[in-house]
Amino acid sequence: MCLGVPGKIVEIDGLAATVDFFGVRRTVRLDVVDEPVSPGDYILNHVGFAIRRIPEAEIGETLALYEQLLREAESDIMAADVRGEIEAGRGDPRDVR
Amino acid sequence: MTEGAWAELKFRDPSRARELTRALSHVVRSMGRSPVSVMHVCGSHEQAIAKFGLRAAFPRELDVIMGPGCSVCITDVPEVDEAVVLAKQGVRVATYGDMLRVPGTVESLADTKARGARVDVVYSVAHAVELARQSTEDVVFFASGFETTAVATAAVLLRDPPANFSVLSAHKYIPPVMEIVAEMPETRVEGFLAAGHAATITGWGIFEPFVERHRLPVVVAGFEPLDILAGLVTLVDVIREGTPRVVNAYPRCVTREGNRAAQEKLWSVFRPVGGRWRGIAHVPNGNLRLKDEWSSFDARARFDIDLSSIWDYAPATLTQECICGDIMAGISSPSDCRLFGKECNPEKPVGACMVSSEGTCKIWHQYGGHPDRM
Amino acid sequence: MNAPRVLNPSAARAAGESRSEKRSGRGPTAMKDVPLDETIGMKHGAGGRAMRALIEQVFAPGLPPMKVEGVGLSAMDDGAALRLGDRFLVVTTDSHVIQPIFFPGGDIGRLAVAGTVNDLAMMGATDALALTFSVIVEEGFPLRDLERIHESVRATCEEAGTTVVTGDTKVMGRGEIDGIVLNTTGIGLTERVVRDSGLRPGDRLLVTGTMGDHGLAVMVHRHGLDLEGELVSDVAPLNDLVRRALETGRDAVVALKDPTRGGLASALHEMASKSRVGILLEEAAVPLSSGVRSAGELLGIDPLHVANEGKAVLGVAPDAADAVLACLRDHPLGRNAAIVGTCLPDHSGRVILDTGFGRRLLTEPEGEPLPRIC
Repeated sequence: MCLGVPGKIVEIDGLAATVDFFGVRRTVRLDVVDEPVSPGDYILNHVGFAIRRIPEAEIGETLALYEQLLREAESDIMAADVRGEIEAGRGDPRDVR
Repeated sequence: MTEGAWAELKFRDPSRARELTRALSHVVRSMGRSPVSVMHVCGSHEQAIAKFGLRAAFPRELDVIMGPGCSVCITDVPEVDEAVVLAKQGVRVATYGDMLRVPGTVESLADTKARGARVDVVYSVAHAVELARQSTEDVVFFASGFETTAVATAAVLLRDPPANFSVLSAHKYIPPVMEIVAEMPETRVEGFLAAGHAATITGWGIFEPFVERHRLPVVVAGFEPLDILAGLVTLVDVIREGTPRVVNAYPRCVTREGNRAAQEKLWSVFRPVGGRWRGIAHVPNGNLRLKDEWSSFDARARFDIDLSSIWDYAPATLTQECICGDIMAGISSPSDCRLFGKECNPEKPVGACMVSSEGTCKIWHQYGGHPDRM
Repeated sequence: MNAPRVLNPSAARAAGESRSEKRSGRGPTAMKDVPLDETIGMKHGAGGRAMRALIEQVFAPGLPPMKVEGVGLSAMDDGAALRLGDRFLVVTTDSHVIQPIFFPGGDIGRLAVAGTVNDLAMMGATDALALTFSVIVEEGFPLRDLERIHESVRATCEEAGTTVVTGDTKVMGRGEIDGIVLNTTGIGLTERVVRDSGLRPGDRLLVTGTMGDHGLAVMVHRHGLDLEGELVSDVAPLNDLVRRALETGRDAVVALKDPTRGGLASALHEMASKSRVGILLEEAAVPLSSGVRSAGELLGIDPLHVANEGKAVLGVAPDAADAVLACLRDHPLGRNAAIVGTCLPDHSGRVILDTGFGRRLLTEPEGEPLPRIC
């Protein structure tokens, strides 16, 4: 089954759109996508139906979310490294408060 | 590389992936116990994990289990039998390719087709409607897939299909099975990774009651390597925190409300009923059936599907050794199965998990598996 | 579904043993352990495990021994080698059944000549002395097409520095054969026979250019897919390229193979199992054209699993790898050459794919990959 592949709308004819997926063109139905779409928009395709218009701005948002995750995790990791050094210096790590 | 690809490539950046893998190791190890078990319920997630070899990068302490997320695999034998019997009765049946070779009690649709029955493989339900339009005979669409796919079936029914078109619905609804897994006594699952595309339709809000009831966190994740890694980091983090909630880690496609228009279409055509899932026994509200007002397009109302010829058939010895049920429930993995890769392979599948492109066994067979554990 | 008949009764026991052997990394993948079916299927001609099992269990056993020293049938290398004084006479034969016979980038005639010249070159015989050319044609086949094919044969012979010296012509009735079948046998001489089994731990693996071009070009053409930028077969004679690589690398070039049916995956599996080493392949290092990458993603076909007809795989000792690479890149047919992998002392007979995000086992295609078209 063709599941969840993003593609770019090339042209629209009523309820049918020609969509470009990495250079291959296929017809996709627009019955269930919940906002108006135009040529140039990216859509998520599921079994031949567009289920979502993907706003380009949100791609940036998701990446920013991952960056933040990494920053939080890294400061966590750094803190753990620092703790580790302190523990090593003190001998028994269980003594650390 | 076309423009479309550049946008997605950002989610395949290996150096970011390495950093996220490191973060994942850190957050899992900070739990101080092993294993930390999480479950995903989507064939596409398993495909991505297997294809990119992510399990070999996960920390050993993390167990990412595939649950019943293959809609074809969990389609129960009697449902396949209904389609097979219809085809044998001379009715033309259209089906998604994945369903063609799933074994029924006696045979699969592929076997029936090989014996002369009219079975067409379609890539979209719209194509099945086209077949009906181009013909005067009945065309029955054997509708498999989860709610995201059911939306497509609903859409074509709402668009004045021809009178000779009807639907044999084997559609399934995922949220109820998460309840079942959460309630299973042997479950070790501490959190769920939810399928991003299903949530595109249903919205992430749908998981809030589940989280309330079971106190298990749910993270909605996309399908690129970065999406999956980030989703897992978030999930384990929330597990560690101890305050279960729903987190949307796929904001580019998923909102809290989801796609309202699609939901309206779905529930105007289908209603959830209890049913059996292959290997999981009864799932309340797990099956989608056509509502009464759509009975004129319901194959079960239009045809008398006589299953009596099948009931006496005893299953072959090999089938009894198949552990698909356990695999789908997340209790066993394909490498635990004696038949995996030997008597059971994509050419000669014994169980449904080896037939469907979303089945765990098929996926592991195609993508080889963990180099140190196979 | 019938259980496959196991030709070798002890294989059933051995299969259980060889599984644990695999895990510990000892023992090659024995084709004798692969159970054969009752009838021949398409997979037996696809260049992968099934075909090798067929040859090893049916065609190779029981023949009278070779009369001179050399490389024979049981080695299942790209050709045979027979000692003649201080040199080896290399012989290879190929039948060509491709459909369509005319495809983007070439035709069956060019394929026949290039394929045979390349097989000779893969054994070290880069000067193709002569070719035979047998034709079996279906009644009704257009003369004009035959002339077109001959023109390709002529032109490719010129390119490769060889010629046709003898042949055979047969005609079969309409419908008794599909269009045309060609068979070519090539002979050459070499002082050193290069095997496909010469890899040792630490050796590097090089490919001479982009992978998957021929197989995907033919598939896209066959299915009439509308692609941005046409995919073109890479069919070409490589003997000059290989000659230069051997002149540069000499004994450091320890193995040669052309990745035809079954693609790079099959070729590497064969080399690994015959050499009794493991291979670590870096997915990101494998050159792929953007068209092949896109078509593969969309059709659900791995470019590593499809045929190449103008590429070679070289096993080179680590300290000579850079020099051989530079030499390849200097040649018009080797511009995209790359170092793609390393041989391991463990995981014998297996290929591990480093995806950049994790690792997994690279599988071999059983048969011709079928496109999953969305």
